[in-house]
Amino acid sequence: MDRLLTRVLRVDLTKKRSWVEERPDLFRERLGGTGAGIELLHELCPTGADPLGPENPVILAVGPLSSLYPLASKTVALFKSPHTGNLGESHCGGRTAFALRLAGYGAVVIDGRSDVPVYLAVHGGKVQFRDARTLWGMASSVTVGRILRDTEPGSGYRTILRIGRAGERGVTYAAVIAETYRHFGRLGLGAVLESKNLKAIVVSGKGALPVAAVGRYQGLYRKLHERAVRSDLMKKYHNLGTAQNVAPLNEMGALPVKNLQATRYPGEPAFSGEKLAAGYLGRRLACAGCPVACIHLAALREPHPEEPYFYKTTFVSYDHEPLYALGAMLGVEDAPGVLKLIDAVGHVGLDAMTAGVVLAWATEAFAQGLIAGTETGGLRPRWSDVAVYGEMIRRIADRTTDFYRVLGEGVRAAAERYGGEEFALHFGGNEMPGYHTGPGALLTYLSGARHSHLDSAGYALDQEALRQGTELAPEDLARRLVAEEARRQVLSSLVVCFFARGLYDLGTVRECLGTLGMERDETALARLGEGVLRRKHAFKVREGFDLGKISIPERALASPAPGGAVDEAYLRRALGEMNRWLEGRYELEGQD
Amino acid sequence: MAKRLAVVDVERCVDCLLCAQACARRFGEGGCARSAIAVRSTGGMERGFVVVVCRACAVPPCLHACPVWAIEVAPVGVKVRLERCIGCKACVAACAIGAVQWDEEGGKPVICVHCGLCARFCPYGVLALEEVDGG
Repeated sequence: MDRLLTRVLRVDLTKKRSWVEERPDLFRERLGGTGAGIELLHELCPTGADPLGPENPVILAVGPLSSLYPLASKTVALFKSPHTGNLGESHCGGRTAFALRLAGYGAVVIDGRSDVPVYLAVHGGKVQFRDARTLWGMASSVTVGRILRDTEPGSGYRTILRIGRAGERGVTYAAVIAETYRHFGRLGLGAVLESKNLKAIVVSGKGALPVAAVGRYQGLYRKLHERAVRSDLMKKYHNLGTAQNVAPLNEMGALPVKNLQATRYPGEPAFSGEKLAAGYLGRRLACAGCPVACIHLAALREPHPEEPYFYKTTFVSYDHEPLYALGAMLGVEDAPGVLKLIDAVGHVGLDAMTAGVVLAWATEAFAQGLIAGTETGGLRPRWSDVAVYGEMIRRIADRTTDFYRVLGEGVRAAAERYGGEEFALHFGGNEMPGYHTGPGALLTYLSGARHSHLDSAGYALDQEALRQGTELAPEDLARRLVAEEARRQVLSSLVVCFFARGLYDLGTVRECLGTLGMERDETALARLGEGVLRRKHAFKVREGFDLGKISIPERALASPAPGGAVDEAYLRRALGEMNRWLEGRYELEGQD
Repeated sequence: MAKRLAVVDVERCVDCLLCAQACARRFGEGGCARSAIAVRSTGGMERGFVVVVCRACAVPPCLHACPVWAIEVAPVGVKVRLERCIGCKACVAACAIGAVQWDEEGGKPVICVHCGLCARFCPYGVLALEEVDGG
């Protein structure tokens, strides 16, 4: 096995000390990524830990395939979430995985708390704590990136992770931003960094990665590369990006609109993938090691309000989820409007999805009179009013008043304080993703631990059922979701982007690992995926999660999905079946 | 006919780094320690990228800068005789476009041999091998 992979960089911010631990056991048993990370979290995060206490570790993990095979381009972050109070798992693209792996680490673990604001500079084997007092409080995370780009070495071989003002002020859904356009978006990693007085992490690496079977490696790489560039992946994600989902979801009535009061716009939304590509697409980017280049940047050209012939051109990265949350959920009618809101959350460093759902809740709560101008500071949120939403985003990030402080803890906290629980769209405290396709999607939101809809196959199974006009028994749906989710744990342990799930069946994974001197057959890999999924569930249970008691937002049941309103009893039966498997009370068919 | 690697359409670069990774695979390894081609942003990814690689100069400054004659003329570009190289980095300083990369572990320069492997893995036609005049 690659000896660089098994190196875990440990950083103690309290003592400003770093060291490397060799953990071959961990990577042999669990490959890396989510698999290795969840074991580290079990080991290092004390039961009942304060998510914002020095004892909560931040674990960033890559895997054996990172930077060696196509689309093995993601980094997994594991931590205890200050947003849900439970397992936090977030995945990020960009250059992070490439830089970490080439710096010679399989994982980085950061714990403790610095007495002064610092940022961490890791250049290969050199780890330094640098003064971040001047960077603290800057209006924009983009500026912080610009400064570090100039002051730190490693251009072309590095990642620059940083938090914005929302993180600095401990908004529980503050994001960590990578390379300006990618994010550890969900579950509040940004707030955890703030609790450690850690403004940014720069990692650069330019090392060599050893390969066990060189000839086979080169051949297999070529084969996978060719398969990737000829697959539908390229067409699907390269051309329009994930924004391609907006129009079809709208058409089938599965796009949550206006806090899920509706599930479609009357016509194609102004921010569909097609319309954005035609009117705004300015550049496409790829994560390091990925030929697909799904990252789409819109060029937003705006005139200066006072000075004629003076324009500002802003680049805004758009994906389905932010378009859903800051567009559809807020009833936004124009493309520049939603792009401006996506830009605004990026500057302050909020999770776009959560921010959109929070603003949608506030809009409905305001309309119902649960909150008024005294709470909002005179602002009147109403659907599609982008200027007001922009101002609210700034106030949430800056936590200006008690009301905005509560909004900075998500819709669960907001509804507990002001009412409106029936239209507070959260699942175990985590705000809803952008697919209202039916029971499969809802089940994965309820049971999932990961960042967004990528959690599992829920919406794909919903759409399959709709196409075929069939409805699975709840137990069967539960088993299929669990089986697919277990398989995805293998990918997130390697770490391969889920967009490449069609490329990496378990046989291919076996071949890839074989070239790296890690022999694993398909059965062992399947077992590993199941094991990782159960270990994640065990962490959740340890921290007080109970799948049997989780509440289901009324609005998600009342607002019909394309196949009709989802029945709570159906969901409860399916959740029961999932829980039984997660607790190890039965094995999936043919696998005992 | 000799061919030279050329950056033919840098606007299409998406920063996937498949070129740099392909270059490392020549040596049967992953990573970028011995990649002769590098990509960096022009100052923020939204502004696009610079792809830095040897242009196969007719009169190569790197060759002339080398004090121990470790760099020789090749059919296209130059060839580094690693056994002669003393690792002084004079070639690195001599290249005006920064195309002499440095292998930190080996302490030797890495200069593109114009094999075109990177171009084969570039998904967007940024790189291509083109005929060299009189080559």
